[in-house]
Amino acid sequence: MSILIVMEQREGAWNRMSFETLAAAQQIAAELQTTASAAVLGQGLDVLAGELAGKQLEKIYLVEHELLKEYTPDAYTSALRQLLAQVKPEYVLLPHTYQVRDFLPKLATSLGTVAVSDVVAHRVDTGALVLVRQLFQGKVNSDVRFTGAAPHFASLQAGAYRADQLTEGSAAVEKFAPAIAASEVRTRPQERFRESARAVDLSTAELIVSVGRGIKEAENIALIQDLANALGAELAASRPICDAGWLPMERQVGSSGQTVGPKMYMAIGISGAIQHLVGMKGSRTIVAINKDPNAPIFEVADYGIVGDLFQVVPELIEAIKQAK
Amino acid sequence: MKILVAIKQVPARDSQLKIASSGLWIAEEDLTHEINEPDAYALEAGLQLKEKHGGEVVAICFGPARAGQTIREALAKGADRALHIEAEDPGAYDPLAAARLMAAALRPEAPDLVLTGLQSDDLGYGQTGPILAELLGLPHATLIMEVEKHEGGIRVKRELEDGWFQHVEMPLPALLTIQSGISKLRYATLMGIKKAKTKEVKRLSPAELGGENPAASIRLDRVYLPERVKHTQLFEGSPKEAATKLVEKLKFEARVI
Repeated sequence: MSILIVMEQREGAWNRMSFETLAAAQQIAAELQTTASAAVLGQGLDVLAGELAGKQLEKIYLVEHELLKEYTPDAYTSALRQLLAQVKPEYVLLPHTYQVRDFLPKLATSLGTVAVSDVVAHRVDTGALVLVRQLFQGKVNSDVRFTGAAPHFASLQAGAYRADQLTEGSAAVEKFAPAIAASEVRTRPQERFRESARAVDLSTAELIVSVGRGIKEAENIALIQDLANALGAELAASRPICDAGWLPMERQVGSSGQTVGPKMYMAIGISGAIQHLVGMKGSRTIVAINKDPNAPIFEVADYGIVGDLFQVVPELIEAIKQAK
Repeated sequence: MKILVAIKQVPARDSQLKIASSGLWIAEEDLTHEINEPDAYALEAGLQLKEKHGGEVVAICFGPARAGQTIREALAKGADRALHIEAEDPGAYDPLAAARLMAAALRPEAPDLVLTGLQSDDLGYGQTGPILAELLGLPHATLIMEVEKHEGGIRVKRELEDGWFQHVEMPLPALLTIQSGISKLRYATLMGIKKAKTKEVKRLSPAELGGENPAASIRLDRVYLPERVKHTQLFEGSPKEAATKLVEKLKFEARVI
């Protein structure tokens, strides 16, 4: 039995979530009394290998091929299948990135199994790994077990494990050259691009007032703007508000928007789906106002009011003005 | 272009959820259900492509009899017909087993394009699309914002993390998972609702599709409400009282006012 971590890089730069997965794998390996190895796919990976070689790992596999330079689900699946056939790990752990979400289900299916995606925690129960994942946008948790044949795949959610808890050590580096035919790769990715430069940098804001679906109508955003003005805070939003065009995309907080860490983050009418939480849970003080007492935003909130935002926010603006 | 859109029926988004006494799923009795919101965007994308390029939009749904309502709504919005894989115990199927049923129903349709939402709002595995692509032998891309058809294939705009995007080209047939929020969802018209009643819904059973008694690779052991990891100070009373207490804390404890 062993664990293999598939790290993610692009053009020689790590996706830092990979190190959270590495830390998780070290913990799980210790609990299962086994060893962990890491693999990284691409071309010209020697520099990246240097950073990994100082970690406590059994082996580091540099999976190199010209067709792995740019990510495609076909080439990644082909290369990983070949690596897995050689390494034969019991568990394969990956960071739950957009890229992993793109190829992991395909890879698992090609081996006749199912990956457990978006894992937030684990425990070991009589020698078997039990994984915790969220259902219903974080309102419910579930324990999941593997019941089929190895390899067992799991992707780990951003922030679920801490990269600063990595154990140092040393690892042997091994090159692995998969055979990939150009004809296997059916999609042609083009250059990456950004739509527009960001005029608003929320990451340096000291105070943020953020609004979500609970606001119901575009016209009601003005109420939250008034609250932000009263506090001297930046206005931000969860994804649905920006998708609807009620606030510009550059004010979006979450996995597809900005990551923020202000002194105070006030979430108004935001239920707290994980895609939002990953963007703001590093805030020093979190305030939540929501009508649903079971909304996951209260899991991370320091202060909360369960109630109708249309009644609470006007009173809040009044109270802030008096306190200043 | 023949477009198959996979849709799922899930509990309504603002449902107050309780755990069933079995501890294996939520209590379904008092819930209302609706189309999985990400799938509504996949359906919308399919309908827009049909309006532009002609062809047919076929909805495919795996779910119990009550999912028939969601299928009717998809037909009322403009889908031409539907396939309903009907099973009263869809929870017994893990994502691969469920996708195998859908793939078996999809194959004889020989679609040019298969669309799904990016994930379901209930289980949230986010895997049905890529699993189906692998089972059907199709190229795929996920989190798609735009689809352009051209000679010999499609060019799609894919969302990456942190505000980045990328165009990807691929031949047809192909499978795409559609990003939520990329367009405005249409409402069913009265005419659409009327027409939906006469549209074909083909019912299929897991047995017909060779997928009864599925083997599972993963198993939901237990579902439960999450424990609070953080102690939240909740302020009660009238809105005015609660707001006043909160501001006191923000001023004297958190010191942000």
